[in-house]
Amino acid sequence: MLTLENLSTSDPKVPLQSLSAHFEAGKIYTILGRTGAGKTELLRTLIGLDEISEGAVHLDGDDLLRTPIRARQMAMVYQQFINYPHLNVLDNVAFPLRRKGQGKAVARARAKEALALVGLAGFETRMPPELSGGQQQRVALARAIVKHARILLMDEPLANLDYKLREQLREEFPRLLHENAEGIILYSTTEPAEAMQLGDELIVMHEGRIVAQGDPGSLFDAPPTVDVARVISDPPISICAGEVTDGVLQFADGFLPGQADLILPPDGPVQIAIRPDALSIGGDIEARVSLAEFSGSDTIVHLNLPFGNAVMLVDGIHEFHNGDTLNVALDPNALMLFSQSGNNITERAD
Amino acid sequence: MRRTYQTAKYLCLLGWSTFVVFPFLWALSTSFKDANAVTSGATYIPWLEFEPSTKGWQSLFASGSQGINIVTPFINSTMVTLIASVISLILGTLAAYGLSRYQFRAGFVKNSDITFFFISQRIMPPIVLAIPFFLMLKEIGGLDTIAGLVLVYIALLLPIAVWVMIDFFGSIPPELDEMAMIDGCTPIGAFFRVILPNSVAGIVVAGMFCLIFGWNDFFFAFILTFTKTQLLPVAIVSLNSSVTPWWSLSAFALISVTPLALVAVVVERFMSRGSLAGAFR
Repeated sequence: MLTLENLSTSDPKVPLQSLSAHFEAGKIYTILGRTGAGKTELLRTLIGLDEISEGAVHLDGDDLLRTPIRARQMAMVYQQFINYPHLNVLDNVAFPLRRKGQGKAVARARAKEALALVGLAGFETRMPPELSGGQQQRVALARAIVKHARILLMDEPLANLDYKLREQLREEFPRLLHENAEGIILYSTTEPAEAMQLGDELIVMHEGRIVAQGDPGSLFDAPPTVDVARVISDPPISICAGEVTDGVLQFADGFLPGQADLILPPDGPVQIAIRPDALSIGGDIEARVSLAEFSGSDTIVHLNLPFGNAVMLVDGIHEFHNGDTLNVALDPNALMLFSQSGNNITERAD
Repeated sequence: MRRTYQTAKYLCLLGWSTFVVFPFLWALSTSFKDANAVTSGATYIPWLEFEPSTKGWQSLFASGSQGINIVTPFINSTMVTLIASVISLILGTLAAYGLSRYQFRAGFVKNSDITFFFISQRIMPPIVLAIPFFLMLKEIGGLDTIAGLVLVYIALLLPIAVWVMIDFFGSIPPELDEMAMIDGCTPIGAFFRVILPNSVAGIVVAGMFCLIFGWNDFFFAFILTFTKTQLLPVAIVSLNSSVTPWWSLSAFALISVTPLALVAVVVERFMSRGSLAGAFR
């Protein structure tokens, strides 16, 4: 078990601020956050590349910070494809085993197995610069899993790959990471879908802090704060100003979203969060298209609504042009309410 | 259009090559001339324009008072240049690696100041350094010795090695060192096992610079030696007496250029094979 206690750093770019968390062996933890949230800094601190200013890190009771990097039995896959350019693919993967003192033949045999696992059988004698980006990242991955590290850190490993490769590797990851099943896997990403798909547990980071940790599905359904809701939603969630007046929920300009099964808080200002699937085509709200983009087989439409700006997710490919007007419907039951300070105050009547 | 461009390109290259090769051509033809041919105007083609003579080349390899001793200066130059270059490369590579990967701080002195200190050694005109070097070598008994010259040349070549290697290490992502340490190397192990094997290109370039600057230096070789330890450039110039034997001087100069030319050819072959091509984007 890996334990962080009030871990802080004085990193000039993104200082980590008093992080506390537990990580259990055999689980995949995805760390979700935007660029600059402190994901990379957290991983670098854990592996010993960045110094901490306060706090403690324990691995199965041992003080990890007193262990030199080379003895931490950790592995890392970087966002950039980092391999040893002077070694061929086989020796790249065998390198950590050789450093652990294993014989050349044994190390190479195990490296070969690891390469077969990541789909690179037959590439043993190639040099890394001769491989494509996806293949280079597979080599890095093979080198990480061949060690059977106690902690495997993956820092946005798919970020520099093209869309197709990203999907392909993402599908393979659960099987590959299973190879490291006895270890703790921390996987950082900026993509909510990736984090949801891979993680047994989700950690959301924002501005150097852990703002939420838990089951990915529950966090998505009920994000504890508006920051978490923003980080976890893709396409983006829209936040509009609103208030509860005489027990009725309305947007800031007086627009009434309609009857909902929400239990409303006492009268006062609130933030109303609109999920992209809360809006649909057809209905009586007049909207103007400000931007339309395709994502896979969906269309994401940015709308100017009478009560603010919001994003709508439409199934299928639809041609919308900037300035088009259309009528949309808002499902009041899909709304979430946040207090002015950003806490989730959504309560639903059963 | 394309044809015209190609023709113009090759004409330009031809012109430039002629300009570069001309001094060598001049030295080559002069080395086969005698006193008459040298003084009878600029001529280049043997047999047609002048009667070739091997007097110049013979004098280099003749023994006794007739001959010019080129062997000792050649050995001296080779030893001083090689030893100073190798030591400068070793020290320079280590210093550059330290400066490119670790932050040093001593009061107000930071990494950039240390780097500048190295490079500043080459900013001063050599004449400024001549007297201090002379006095220091005199104090330690290093004047007119190989060891003394090696010391001075290290001071001159080290900045070049540091400069080239800092730049080169800057092109190697620090993640590579980090990965080596994560994979079980000590910091020193990471340098020797991972960074050094990937730095051959930089080391070859720095080594070339050291060899060229060391081999060609005339000024310090002239100031800091007398008769016992003569280096090639000084030996060539010392041929210049009341009557300058242009033929011997040219032959001598060609011989002194040969080692560097060979090194350049070997390095060029090595580079075009791709083994030195940058492994990092």
